[in-house]
Amino acid sequence: MNRFDYIRPATVAEAVAAAAVPGSAYLAAGTNLLDLMKGGVMRPARLVDLARVPGLDAIEALPDGGLRIGARVRNADLAYDPGFARRFPAVAEALLSGASAQLRNAATVGGNLLQRTRCAYFYDPASACNKREPGAGCDAREGENRLHAVLGWSEQCIATHPSDFCVPLVALGAVVEIEGQAGRREVPLEEFHRLPGTTPERESVLAPGELVVAVRLPGEAAGFAGHARYVKLRERTSYAFAVVSAAACLRLEDGAIAEARLALGGVAAKPWRVPAAEAVLQGARPGAEAFRQAAEAALAEAQPSGENGFKIELARRILVRALTLAAAGTPERLPALPASPLASHSGVSLHG
Amino acid sequence: MAELAGSATHLRHGSSIGQPLTRRDGLLKVTGQARYAADNHPPGMLHAALAVSSIARGRVTGLDVEAARAHPGVVAVMTPANRPALALHPDDKASPFVFRMDLLQDDMVRYAGQPIAVVIGETLEAATEGAALLAPRYAAEPARTGLDEGEVFIPPMVGIGAPSEVRHGDVEAGLAAAAARIEAVYETPAQYHNAMEPHAIVAAWEGDRLSIDTPSQGLTWARDRIAGLFGIAVEDIEIRSPFLGGGFGSKGLIAGPQVLGILAARLVGRPVKLVLRREQMYGPVGHRAPTRQTLRLGADAAGGLTAIQHHVRTASSSFDDFFEPAGGVTHTLYASPAIVTTSDAVRLDTGTPMFMRAPGEASGSIALEGAIDEMAAACGMDPLEFRLRNYAEVEPTTGKPFSSKALRECYAQGAARFGWAGRPLAPRQMRDADGLLVGWGVGTATFPALMFQGQARAVLRADGSGVVEIGAQDMGQGAWTALAQIAADSLGLGIDQVEFRAGHSGLPDAGIAGGSAHTATAGMAIHGAGADAIARLAELAMADGRSPLFGAGNAGVVAREGRLLRRDDESRGETYAEILARAGLGEIEGRGTGAMDPAAQEHYAMHAHGAVFAEVKVDPELGQIRATRLVGAFAAGRIINPRMVQSQYYGGMIWGVSFALHEAAVVDPRSGRVMNANLGEYHVPVNADLPSLEAILVEEVDPHVNALGIKGVGEIGVTGSAGAVANAVWHATGVRVRRFPIAVEAVAGLAG
Repeated sequence: MNRFDYIRPATVAEAVAAAAVPGSAYLAAGTNLLDLMKGGVMRPARLVDLARVPGLDAIEALPDGGLRIGARVRNADLAYDPGFARRFPAVAEALLSGASAQLRNAATVGGNLLQRTRCAYFYDPASACNKREPGAGCDAREGENRLHAVLGWSEQCIATHPSDFCVPLVALGAVVEIEGQAGRREVPLEEFHRLPGTTPERESVLAPGELVVAVRLPGEAAGFAGHARYVKLRERTSYAFAVVSAAACLRLEDGAIAEARLALGGVAAKPWRVPAAEAVLQGARPGAEAFRQAAEAALAEAQPSGENGFKIELARRILVRALTLAAAGTPERLPALPASPLASHSGVSLHG
Repeated sequence: MAELAGSATHLRHGSSIGQPLTRRDGLLKVTGQARYAADNHPPGMLHAALAVSSIARGRVTGLDVEAARAHPGVVAVMTPANRPALALHPDDKASPFVFRMDLLQDDMVRYAGQPIAVVIGETLEAATEGAALLAPRYAAEPARTGLDEGEVFIPPMVGIGAPSEVRHGDVEAGLAAAAARIEAVYETPAQYHNAMEPHAIVAAWEGDRLSIDTPSQGLTWARDRIAGLFGIAVEDIEIRSPFLGGGFGSKGLIAGPQVLGILAARLVGRPVKLVLRREQMYGPVGHRAPTRQTLRLGADAAGGLTAIQHHVRTASSSFDDFFEPAGGVTHTLYASPAIVTTSDAVRLDTGTPMFMRAPGEASGSIALEGAIDEMAAACGMDPLEFRLRNYAEVEPTTGKPFSSKALRECYAQGAARFGWAGRPLAPRQMRDADGLLVGWGVGTATFPALMFQGQARAVLRADGSGVVEIGAQDMGQGAWTALAQIAADSLGLGIDQVEFRAGHSGLPDAGIAGGSAHTATAGMAIHGAGADAIARLAELAMADGRSPLFGAGNAGVVAREGRLLRRDDESRGETYAEILARAGLGEIEGRGTGAMDPAAQEHYAMHAHGAVFAEVKVDPELGQIRATRLVGAFAAGRIINPRMVQSQYYGGMIWGVSFALHEAAVVDPRSGRVMNANLGEYHVPVNADLPSLEAILVEEVDPHVNALGIKGVGEIGVTGSAGAVANAVWHATGVRVRRFPIAVEAVAGLAG
């Protein structure tokens, strides 16, 4: 391993100051970063370890009924927080469908947002990758790209963002709190990740040295708790990234959909909220026909980036499935196989 | 192995054989005290890191050796320029069991992941960074990566010495006469062994004496190969291999990277440890080659097979020969007047393929079982009924009787336990309460009952206890326990009175822990050694006028619980200790050999059999599949330890599920690099993928395979299981997917 500076700041301000040095990287659990360093994919000159920084690991209730989740809260701690899971069940379900139990016990909220793509060409330093080395080219474009993006991709990059957690978060209008040398700012999660365009190396709106300190879910997002599901299609029952996934959160009034919040995962370089599909459903009666129309709208712009055209129809189908399950009502208990299409569908709703 | 746990908690009823003892090494393993190869740190040890090629074919034209050497902590960089001399060229091939290695003999690159240099450092970190700093430059040539690339040829043999073509009867006539015919092409991908423990070696030279800790499934072969390569005497090599974290064939023969560790220690004159990184396991240590199998079957109006034609296209490396013998199962499994199997192959820019758990049988079984299912469907028959209709009473291609074959009982017991009766004939008929499609499939399991050659030594000591020594290997399968049970019975002692020594090259040659033959081979050697020791002890007693056994000659004696007893009067006997004490002997020794009986082999076909029943659930829109229930019933002769054997069957069945649904190396067709060379993306099943597994041990007595009646259980579980799962997917969905692993898009009807 190459030599690097290791800094253990005592405060957020110290951390931000330490990371202002070019070539710095923040270290939280390191579940992704350390693998990237061992593989020679990332070679930061300085690691700023957030392990001892206070104030980053709380789950706080907000006056509006929302929650503020510290960036260093562990995935498992958040998913099993009873207050959180009750108000944001689709987010808890997404968290528990991600990675493996061991990884969830370590991985953090901030790290989840900032995890890198799982594109194999990005991880292979001998392959051309514009994200790893701007201007090098993209070997995925004509390579093994069965699981690559079908939305928002560019000729420069067809990678996807691998997060499950971010999918319902973006649907529910989560906000990212960012600390930088210039102070604190907030960005809606929907605007936090960037599409590749001609600069796939820039994956988020974070400026160099900026730190994600918290993610906020607004109180109104809890209004979807009664009809909120996340569904993930994957090639084994645990410890596999999504082929496609979908979050569907509905607010029903008098048997009609008053408001829908929908997002797709595994289809683009960011968690993909689908406002056009949400609009289709507004005021509609829940049912197969409306759901299918919403799914068509959600994928209207989709294009295969390689041998992955099947993902477009699968994404439509998984959105229909998520909507169907959400309309049936959030189950009182999360299924034993969270987010799995193979979990029992017959959950009993005790919400809404 | 004094640290091995005793078995005081187990009640014994007579013999140890047949008892479901828990693993004697289990406590060591779960408490982290079992010392694996990489846990050894002799004084002064350095760390070595491999630098491997990122191209699949071409030459290394430059390495920045100076940059690596200049890195703090780097001690040496080994390249073709300074690699210590060997007595044999690594490409010399004296027999089919000797495989060519990449030992820095030149600048040629033959596959991605080939070692091209070794960096030795004071720390692993220094060596690793040194390897990165080499920044190799290459002259690359296009990689050959697919089964249609390059010249197709017929290999002179497949597997190890099996014919590449077997012809029995007239297939074309059989097909012409058939009332129903099917033709199907099945494709299986490259797979990698992925043992939990990567290949590792700690090597130390003292002059020309070599001391090694490394996982090995075959200690004597490893020692002989190393002796040949380095031109030193076998007596000067000591290999310790008490535990393996899985081998599955990839540790059957010593592999190139292990030899590089020895060379590195030679170069620096200090002990060196070399451990492969996970991604480095996808190149120089073997894999299961991809296959494309074309099957043509015909059946008469009554569902009797009239012909089976099974053609296998596979691949070996550009520089050595191992051809997946996938046609083998077809020779033995189903009765047909005409059976023809053929193979051809191409050469790819990959590491040389190698035996991987059920080599040939696994790939061949999933294709044959699929084709048999297709034939049953074409005949409108239940797939189990069809298999029974075509039950082979004798081995079809040789006409030999089976030494034993309880496959009918396997079908019957497995079907009863699974609840096969009432299965709808047509596919896509069953759904569960949640609307998921449900399907049931069956596959027949088979694996040859093999034996290698092995020797053992047994000693009875003055205190009446015993020692049994054999260079056997426990790769997780339970040899420490099962062989100790045989050892105890062979000496007529309780298992805690026998010190069982294994896992060391200084012990008698146990052959290889492979081919599902280790328990039979090592077990027979132990059985013979114990019997020899007892016979010598009995001779002493029967010739001694002071012994109650004096003159027992014709009636003979039996050994039981540390005593010899007159067979005609069991009240007359004495302890081993008494006999030895009177004779003034500190101990008495016996020797034994285990090997196949050539006469029995000539007269009988010897195979283990089984039947596997699988239930899968499939999401009809999304195509996600889950194997919800597997029941296997296996007959493999005498069972030494039912607990270990059940575990072996479970493991094999899980491999079957993996083969059908999960496992594949994704190779970039341009670079030849494996793009998912890690356990995150190279999918094998997790616990959640296998909610219910059951393995039934069907009784089978085989008087011919060997005196103990052991057939072997290590690999058979893979066969049958993979096909059963794939057939269940068809039964659930009506979609016959012939390319493995079965992809979600294929099941969802969205495959391009």
